[in-house]
Amino acid sequence: MDTIFALASAAGKAGVSVIRISGSKSLNIAAQMGAALERHDRKLVKLAGTDGVLIDEAFALSFAPGRSFTGEQVVEFQTHGSIAVVTAVLDQLEVLGLRPAEAGEFTRRAMENGAMDLARVEGLADLIDAETESQRRQAIRVFQGDLGDLAAAWRTKVVRAAALLEATIDFVDEDVPVDVYPEVKSLLSDVADDVVREAEGVAIRERVRDGFEIALIGPPNSGKSTLLNRLAGREAAITSDIAGTTRDVIEVRMDLNGLPITVLDTAGRRNSLDELEQIGIKRGLDRAQAADVRVHLSPTGKFEVSDCKDGLDLFVASKADLFDAQTEFSISAVTGQGVNELLDEIQRFLSTQVASAGVATRKRHQVSLQTAGRALQIVLDSLDDNLVLTDLLVDDLHQAIRALDSLIGRVDVENVLDEIFSSFCIGK
Amino acid sequence: MKHDFDVIVIGGGHAGCEAAHAAARMGVTTLLISLRKDDIGVMSCNPAIGGLGKGHLVREIDALDGVMGIAADRSGIQFRLLNRKKGPAVQGPRTQADRRLYKDAMQVVTSERQNLEVLEAEVTDLSVSDNAVSGVILQDGSEISAKTVILTSGTFLRGVIHIGDQSHSGGRMGDKPSIALADRLASFDLRIGRLKTGTPPRIDGRSINWDGLDQQPGDAEPEMFSFLHRAPFARQISCGITHTNEKTHNVIRKNLERSAMYGGHIDGVGPRYCPSIEDKVVRFSDKDSHQIFLEPESLSDHTIYPNGISTSLPVNVQDEYVRSIVGLENAKILQPGYAIEYDYIDPRSLSLTLELNTLPGLYLAGQINGTTGYEEAAAQGMVAGLNAAAMCLGSEPVLFDRSTSYIGVMIDDLTVRGVSEPYRMFTSRAEFRLSLRADNADQRLTEFGRVAGCVSDERWSLYSEKTEKLAEGKDWLERKVASSRQLSESGVKIGVSGPKKSLYEALTIAGTKISDLVGIEPKLGGIEPEIATQLERDAMYAHYIERQRNDVLALRRDADRIIPRNLSYENIVGLSNELRSKLNTAAPSNMAQAARVDGVTPAALMLVLSEIKKLESLSQVS
Repeated sequence: MDTIFALASAAGKAGVSVIRISGSKSLNIAAQMGAALERHDRKLVKLAGTDGVLIDEAFALSFAPGRSFTGEQVVEFQTHGSIAVVTAVLDQLEVLGLRPAEAGEFTRRAMENGAMDLARVEGLADLIDAETESQRRQAIRVFQGDLGDLAAAWRTKVVRAAALLEATIDFVDEDVPVDVYPEVKSLLSDVADDVVREAEGVAIRERVRDGFEIALIGPPNSGKSTLLNRLAGREAAITSDIAGTTRDVIEVRMDLNGLPITVLDTAGRRNSLDELEQIGIKRGLDRAQAADVRVHLSPTGKFEVSDCKDGLDLFVASKADLFDAQTEFSISAVTGQGVNELLDEIQRFLSTQVASAGVATRKRHQVSLQTAGRALQIVLDSLDDNLVLTDLLVDDLHQAIRALDSLIGRVDVENVLDEIFSSFCIGK
Repeated sequence: MKHDFDVIVIGGGHAGCEAAHAAARMGVTTLLISLRKDDIGVMSCNPAIGGLGKGHLVREIDALDGVMGIAADRSGIQFRLLNRKKGPAVQGPRTQADRRLYKDAMQVVTSERQNLEVLEAEVTDLSVSDNAVSGVILQDGSEISAKTVILTSGTFLRGVIHIGDQSHSGGRMGDKPSIALADRLASFDLRIGRLKTGTPPRIDGRSINWDGLDQQPGDAEPEMFSFLHRAPFARQISCGITHTNEKTHNVIRKNLERSAMYGGHIDGVGPRYCPSIEDKVVRFSDKDSHQIFLEPESLSDHTIYPNGISTSLPVNVQDEYVRSIVGLENAKILQPGYAIEYDYIDPRSLSLTLELNTLPGLYLAGQINGTTGYEEAAAQGMVAGLNAAAMCLGSEPVLFDRSTSYIGVMIDDLTVRGVSEPYRMFTSRAEFRLSLRADNADQRLTEFGRVAGCVSDERWSLYSEKTEKLAEGKDWLERKVASSRQLSESGVKIGVSGPKKSLYEALTIAGTKISDLVGIEPKLGGIEPEIATQLERDAMYAHYIERQRNDVLALRRDADRIIPRNLSYENIVGLSNELRSKLNTAAPSNMAQAARVDGVTPAALMLVLSEIKKLESLSQVS
């Protein structure tokens, strides 16, 4: 396997830059550049080119195979974060015969070498992308392997249940427990409940990853864009006094006390002859329908719509500096009056949504969990039905195991036999 | 006797007999060599054939016109269909077999078989020319040449028998081990491992107090192994049942270190599913009693096989613990129990035809491949016999598939995954077991065998007749459509307001019998009970088998993706050293097998696949 390298920290000027080298040649190449390291080591070195000219004074670390991120021998240089230094080091590594890593190649090697399972890789990707505290917390749970651990724990229970049923099939003449059904039932109902709950949480956790959407809606000139700008603290949307200025949906990503939110500014609702504006209005309404929170704005405190959809609908009188309205919320985007109270309410609502600390975060997880949940439910429903035969129940359990496995790994009949042999006295 | 054969089979046990018969049925000249002619067809351990998974194997052997099912039916003295209350896919026929009748039956079919000769001799060496097997050398130095040789030496390779701290070499109680042949095999640089197994003491039935012991009778309507038979040949008997007790366990605990196994005299690995009584007492110390079946070995003598108390304790301890058991207070031991250790050859050195990869023309079958059980041995013998013959005939190898037979499951497990304990068949090993039923073994395999050339005209015409009846019955069921109300009124568990259904669809609903539907389609009344049962079973599993079809197709697709022999795992970038060495050892011949190698991940499979594609594109260029 060839040895690869890449700048592991962000490109550009910085305090420190980290260059990572992974593969069997990494120690040898590092030594050629003046960094003589043991397999697992760290020291201050003078990095030099093959011509002997000093490039930079750097801190060098080595990670032995099995103790490194990729699972291979790894060397890392922490150089001064100068664009010129980094370029010189990278050039030198290429001159010495190493290959620049492709995007994600370090992580791919980590997975191929068994240092990470698929769920952990996904967690890592989320962790690197995390911008807010709740995203970080969620990603680190996945990265730590919590999803893998959970799936493994469920799998152990389902394998045990399958083993109990298999034992009554393959060892019918022997000393196996006569009535395994109570244990099977309790094992499976535990898992079925957990799996369904975890699957239900995926949608909300996807939101944590991708951001909650807060839609601002209301008639033209109700102050939507002004509020957006107030929230963003900058001129994100073009504001003017001419009705219909906002024709497309404008998005601003924000960190609301750790929660990632995207505020959507939509085109004001009115009957317009402008075809382009009509499309903009339609698009804004569609996005608002799917949003987690809809903030309905009205300068006067009077609202055309009062129906609430999934999520939260807040009705806000938006020009408190001009009108005196009797509504739950009354704000002035111009003066800032009431804006914090509005944000507090939105945060309170979103926080209750993310309260459950689940770890399944992707559609892929949800599909696997739902498949497993359905198969388990079929078995639970048929355990008491004499017409449904044990071999068919086991077949459904294998569906469930396979679905759980697709979260992390793969199943094997040997696992079932191992469980049987470690639990029962088989053999007459 | 002539000195030139197509196939020579060494060993006359279950693997050897089935191998010799399979080769002879294929029409090639076959010689069966046994240390003693009289030992052909001997049952060296438990006098029973069949069971779960095992009964399926016997049915499959029979579907291919093999001999084990025939001999088992002729000698069966207590037929039972196990799992009668579970699904038909996991029901396994089993019989207690009269040891003498079984041997007699096997010797009769062997003497009647065309193309098959038998020789009493010891094979001490194999002759090899041009890196392929060319015959065998006997103890007297004479040589018999053959195009192929099948070795089925069972536990005779460096066999050592242990009773307490006493041990002596031997293949089976009273027989000598084959050391010369073992040395010769060792010179071929094969991976060799060591396994052990054990037997219980045999008891004189006249010394047992049968009064008060539970009796287990055979089935009222016995199920035969062979598709050719309808009823047992021998008188039917019951087995006795008794149990160990606290006193038995105390005797064993007190003498544990005197057991060959616990005294550290044995290195071989034993089967987890067939533990000795020492093992049971130690590993399951919370159980204060274990069940023992008292199985008569023959109608014509008094030997009883106490199934469940195999042991390697000294003789006097065996006496003491046996006599602590209810009914056995005055038991007389005819032959002490013992443990036997023996060499096996890592079956991953074999191809799917059971031919040794490194020595063309030599096939291995039975316990020598690390399996246990008569049925597993016989099924391998069949595979080796068919393929050795196919090689002599220059025809295509006869390959068995996981999705159509237990034989395929076993051969694939052995050659890809190897063994870590004596390998026994279980229904749970077969991922497609819902379609691999004992009752449809003929539908799965007889035509396959006919094409390969091992199925006689007699069996073929019986099979064809049955197949026509099945097709006719299914046709009637599929053509006739009835309303939900009609079906419901006939006893089908279905709502009255649903859409119309064909009678076959109605039959897939749990609990429906063909007899329920006769009122709607009178023709169905003419279906024979056996045919009706099979149609009902096919229908019952239809939805599940449909669901498995995608898995079967995926498996076939992967199996069709051949891994070229020149593919080197060393060249694959990204493969861990551990996986590299596992893949090298298993040497999977296709992607389906590679996927089953222990520890192989989907990521690793992608790497292997891309390497195959690279090799393919290279070969197209050149």
